[in-house]
Amino acid sequence: MLTVGQLSRAELGRRLAGAGIRLGTGRFTTSLRSAIPSVADGIGLLYADYPLRPDDGFADFHLQLTRPRNLRRWLGPQVTLLYDGRSLFKPLPLDQAFPMFEWGLNWCVSSRANRYLIVHAAVIEKHGRAAILPAPPGSGKSTLCAALVGRGGWRLLSDELTLLRLDDGAIVPLPRPVSLKNGAIDVIRDYVPGSVMSRPVTDTVKGTVAHVKAPSASVARAAEVARPGWIVFPRYVPAAALQSEPLARADTFMQLAGNCFNYSLLGAEGFTALADLVDASAGFRFTYSVLDEALAFFDHLAAG
Amino acid sequence: MAPLAPLLLHALRAPADTVALADADWDLLLRQAGAANLLATLGYILAEHGVLDRIPVPARDQLAWAQVLARRHRQAVRWEIRLIRLALRELGLPTILLKGAAYCAAGLPPAQGRLFSDIDILVPETHLAEAEAALMLAGWAGTHHDAYDQRYYREWMHELPPMQHTRRESMIDVHHAILPRTAAARPDSALLQAAAVAVPGEPALRVLAPVDMVLHSAVHLFTDGEFNNGLRDLVDLQRLLAHYGQDARFWARLVPRAHELELARPLFYALRYTALLLGTEVPPAVSADIAAAAPSPLLLRLMDELFRRALLPVHDSCGDRFSATARGLLYLRGNWLRMPPLLLARHLLHKAFLSPRKARQEAA
Repeated sequence: MLTVGQLSRAELGRRLAGAGIRLGTGRFTTSLRSAIPSVADGIGLLYADYPLRPDDGFADFHLQLTRPRNLRRWLGPQVTLLYDGRSLFKPLPLDQAFPMFEWGLNWCVSSRANRYLIVHAAVIEKHGRAAILPAPPGSGKSTLCAALVGRGGWRLLSDELTLLRLDDGAIVPLPRPVSLKNGAIDVIRDYVPGSVMSRPVTDTVKGTVAHVKAPSASVARAAEVARPGWIVFPRYVPAAALQSEPLARADTFMQLAGNCFNYSLLGAEGFTALADLVDASAGFRFTYSVLDEALAFFDHLAAG
Repeated sequence: MAPLAPLLLHALRAPADTVALADADWDLLLRQAGAANLLATLGYILAEHGVLDRIPVPARDQLAWAQVLARRHRQAVRWEIRLIRLALRELGLPTILLKGAAYCAAGLPPAQGRLFSDIDILVPETHLAEAEAALMLAGWAGTHHDAYDQRYYREWMHELPPMQHTRRESMIDVHHAILPRTAAARPDSALLQAAAVAVPGEPALRVLAPVDMVLHSAVHLFTDGEFNNGLRDLVDLQRLLAHYGQDARFWARLVPRAHELELARPLFYALRYTALLLGTEVPPAVSADIAAAAPSPLLLRLMDELFRRALLPVHDSCGDRFSATARGLLYLRGNWLRMPPLLLARHLLHKAFLSPRKARQEAA
């Protein structure tokens, strides 16, 4: 199987600028075209382990990142994301082209793949059981996730989108780069030595962002589903002592529903899937400030 | 040059043939269906023909994803219809639903997988003000506050300015006729209302009689100038004709009713292009009867060139280098049919120059 990493940077750039590549990320195949060098750089760096699916095969999403041909291209160059030829979002500064690909692909999955209940949550796995970490932005979810998969021996299923298969309640992996913001970028660079990170991009709507490469082992096991084990609502509080308290099922359910992309869209099916998930998992409210302590807590969970 | 007979048309004409498609064909077919707003519909059509289980899994998944959206949409529409009926209850009139909402309430084949943005209802012109007031009391508010737009709708059009619910944001179009007052053809709304039929199980709701429903669908598609959903609307017609056409009495009434409502020309186009593009079978006697409503041979050749392009999905793989021109010309034609030339010129001038200037002044 051909992977992105088997192409030279020059060949990758040529193919992206030409007919495009068919990038395999777990269950999904994305056709991607772009002549923008920073997009090829980001793909080459962070997606080296991912399979290239056949050019004459089927793609779930067709994305193109391109520079809009307007007057602004002389003043402040921009990038626009096309979904099968149609522009769906406002253009961004050209520098944000690679983050825009990541956000665009998240949008594709979360707005279309409606045979999954999709929770805005990181999800990691050990011994076949998954820990779901739902959280509003800024709660330290991605930092915790990057630390757990980088040093804690957990498998990355996803940093953003927990996909719960409606047929059988299994969690379907979608391992992709972990998105870090602002201070978290330096924290993880120090905490996970040797982590591969994209060049930080400043002044995005989320501040400065950088993406960390998913562990190769997690990418290799992208077809292996996991059973739900825990639902942990993390909160980073500077200098706070580690604290975890079990959360009642009803509270877990309501908080999780609030973090779903398509809960109401799925109607009764979504309700049943979420209820089964909550039944199968232990819920916790979790406060941390020291990553070492947080990792020990998760080890304890997995051992229990 | 891209083909004028896209894969999607072939799949809609002969759904069973799709089992032979390669992965790359499915890739293109689903993109065309997505661009035409027909993804969920295609899934239902393939299921009806018993081939859904025999297509590649990723393609079947995409169709299923789209069907979740369509199913939710249908639920939401049914709920809106219920609230509209409650809002209009005091008027003592049956609520006549048109287009998408009608297909949905009456459970007609085009409702399967269809997505639409507003609910259309028809009320007698004499009750227009009452209906508007009742809807406003229930939370719907007019959306066009500009004095010119108000005049445009109330004096010249066949509907009130679109209303939007202040909390749920659902849109409703209240019609008193199916063509603008300014159009040359004036289908008699009283005839449509008199023939409307009750929705089974919903005595307060009505939909147009089968022939009238087909004629309304035809007039909407072939006199309007917007073709963003052209193919979807043509598929509606195809599915209505297949459904009602099982009854010979439907075909017998269709052409006489079209003449009665001054809608023979749109019916001619509807039958011609459902047959040409989607393979709908029209009984020879009906085709012969409607032939008199055809335009001159020269004009017909032009219309063929225009409609054959404008009715395709708006997608890079469909149409050719004349497609954009065809859509542009049909847009002008649509306006031309809606308004006499002088009024049209005035309207387009106003929209091009005065409305933007006013918007700028208000924004400043």
